[in-house]
Amino acid sequence: MNGKRAVTDILAGLIFVAFGLAFAITSLSYQLGTPLRMGPGYFPLVLGGILVLLGLLIVGKGLIPGSGAEERLGSVPWRALVLIVAAVLFFGLTVRGLGLVPATAVTALLTALASYRTGILAAVAIAVGLTVLCVLVFVLALQLRLPLFGPWLPFSV
Amino acid sequence: MDLLDNLALGLGTALQPQNVLYCLLGVVLGTAVGVLPGIGPTATIAMLLPITFSLEPVAALIMLAGIYYGAQYGGSTTAILINLPGESSAAVTAIDGHEMALKGRAGPALATAALGSFFAGTVATVVLAVFAPPLARAALRFGPAEYFSLVVLGLLASIALARGSTLKALAMIVLGILLGTVGQDIYTGTPRFVFGVRELYGGLNFVSVAVGMFGVAEILRNLEDERARSVVVEKVKNLWPTREDLRRIVAPVLRATGLGSALGVLPGGGHVLAAFASYSVEKRVSKRPQEFGHGAIEGVAGPESANNAAAQTSFIPLLTLGLPAHPVMALMIGAFIIQGITPGPDVISEQPELFWGLIASMWIGNVLLVLLNLPLIGLWVRLLTVPYQVLFPAIIVFAAIGTFSLGFNPWHVYAIAFFGVLGYVLIKCGCEPAPLLLGFVLGPLLEENLRRALIISRGDPTVFVTRPISAALLALAIGALALAVLPAIRKRREVVFQEEPS
Repeated sequence: MNGKRAVTDILAGLIFVAFGLAFAITSLSYQLGTPLRMGPGYFPLVLGGILVLLGLLIVGKGLIPGSGAEERLGSVPWRALVLIVAAVLFFGLTVRGLGLVPATAVTALLTALASYRTGILAAVAIAVGLTVLCVLVFVLALQLRLPLFGPWLPFSV
Repeated sequence: MDLLDNLALGLGTALQPQNVLYCLLGVVLGTAVGVLPGIGPTATIAMLLPITFSLEPVAALIMLAGIYYGAQYGGSTTAILINLPGESSAAVTAIDGHEMALKGRAGPALATAALGSFFAGTVATVVLAVFAPPLARAALRFGPAEYFSLVVLGLLASIALARGSTLKALAMIVLGILLGTVGQDIYTGTPRFVFGVRELYGGLNFVSVAVGMFGVAEILRNLEDERARSVVVEKVKNLWPTREDLRRIVAPVLRATGLGSALGVLPGGGHVLAAFASYSVEKRVSKRPQEFGHGAIEGVAGPESANNAAAQTSFIPLLTLGLPAHPVMALMIGAFIIQGITPGPDVISEQPELFWGLIASMWIGNVLLVLLNLPLIGLWVRLLTVPYQVLFPAIIVFAAIGTFSLGFNPWHVYAIAFFGVLGYVLIKCGCEPAPLLLGFVLGPLLEENLRRALIISRGDPTVFVTRPISAALLALAIGALALAVLPAIRKRREVVFQEEPS
């Protein structure tokens, strides 16, 4: 019974409804204004409403059994998802404090491990190689004004 | 003759040694990402945008444009040799191109692709040079109401030509526009949807959105199913097509150039649509339709010329109206803005060197591509031996550093992760990421012109339908939407029909 419904439609629809509601409700706290002189809240409120409507239509389409293709979500690469998100957040959080070299190295290491086919040694090799490459490209070639080692480290450069 | 003067000015700019160098860099990078599956021109241009900040505007745009049309060449190489289209528009080329390769005629297939692309690119560059200035002059007379309607048309037309569910594409556009409202309101300065985070007052950065939706999400898709990629490529011999081949490709190349130049201007499909359309046209007009799918050289010549022509002419709406036809052009808007130039009708008159230099560089780039691709084909194929496990960490790290360097703002980096996950989930749910990016880039333009038009008309909303140009544009937009919905209705009817007897 459940398999007959398009899971993808329902999930997509719900995501749209959630975003639409979030934007619409937040818009209410800004000045709405009139159509003549729209305040900052007017445009997002209207669009948020439209998004909720579209989201509901998509959910509705997914709920009608046999209407769309019976699409399943399929497998999710959880390890890659967690590691890549962690790697990107880590970079954002530490690039100022630790500096370019440590932040890049850790980010590259975490990202490389996202693949099941990369062992720890290979990941370290990838991380070292990428860090060298990034320093060459961004610091030497493009003159990016970022410290190689940041103020959080005792030997900042 | 104005056109000749302008082209001379453009060639003068584009032939400056440093600009030729950036053009070369762009087409080399473009060919590389076109060859490599798993990374497309959109993600590449997004990653490299921050780097172009330090370049001259002309050099930056020449390089980024080179990446875009270079990718069309690279994509066809892998499509022909190993049946692996590196770029979506090359998927059609793979049908007959790979069959030709299996029959030992990879050389002529590659040469046909390169020569057809070169011819189409050259003609399309002239089309761009001829049609852009008058369009820009017309656009200069546009008021806010016209611009609003134009943006609506651009957004809706992009759905009509795209694949997938219309409803989902619409929702993606609206979500994109909403995400584009994050940051300070243009009129009142009120910070919207920033949750007290000062770093978000300037809004989300479109580089984060593009890198997340097209880079990270794509990587996650690829990591779902990790298979060893074995590449066996035989040595390509006999590069040159026979006289018979040449005779057979003349007409398809000519037709495809016209078709591609016209379709490239339209928002949405651009080069992908052009390639598919050309293939079906060639199959229909051919005296030997049964050969298609079994190595017909027309099936390579047509789509390859069409996608290259479309890649060039899709610059027309960008350079004349400031409207992007597809995500890569949306990123080009970003490249203009980073350089402090607002893309639109003023560019031609205020920055003639930039405008004509960019156009002339496309022709130079096409020459470079033919020179690079045919003799060095073996080198490009060697690229495929770079394992994906090395490639994707490089993409993530480059994206993170590049995005951070844009404004030294860590929130732009966090946004990559957010849009990567959001994009991955939405793509898995059957939503295309392109409409969201278009909505994000065009959203602020839409809101600004809507509000300005209503202020000018004293709150009278009929202004959009009483001004003739605006009304015509809106009518076209509704037509585009109807076009998108109609086939779905028809298909549903067919399904109902088939089910009735049982």
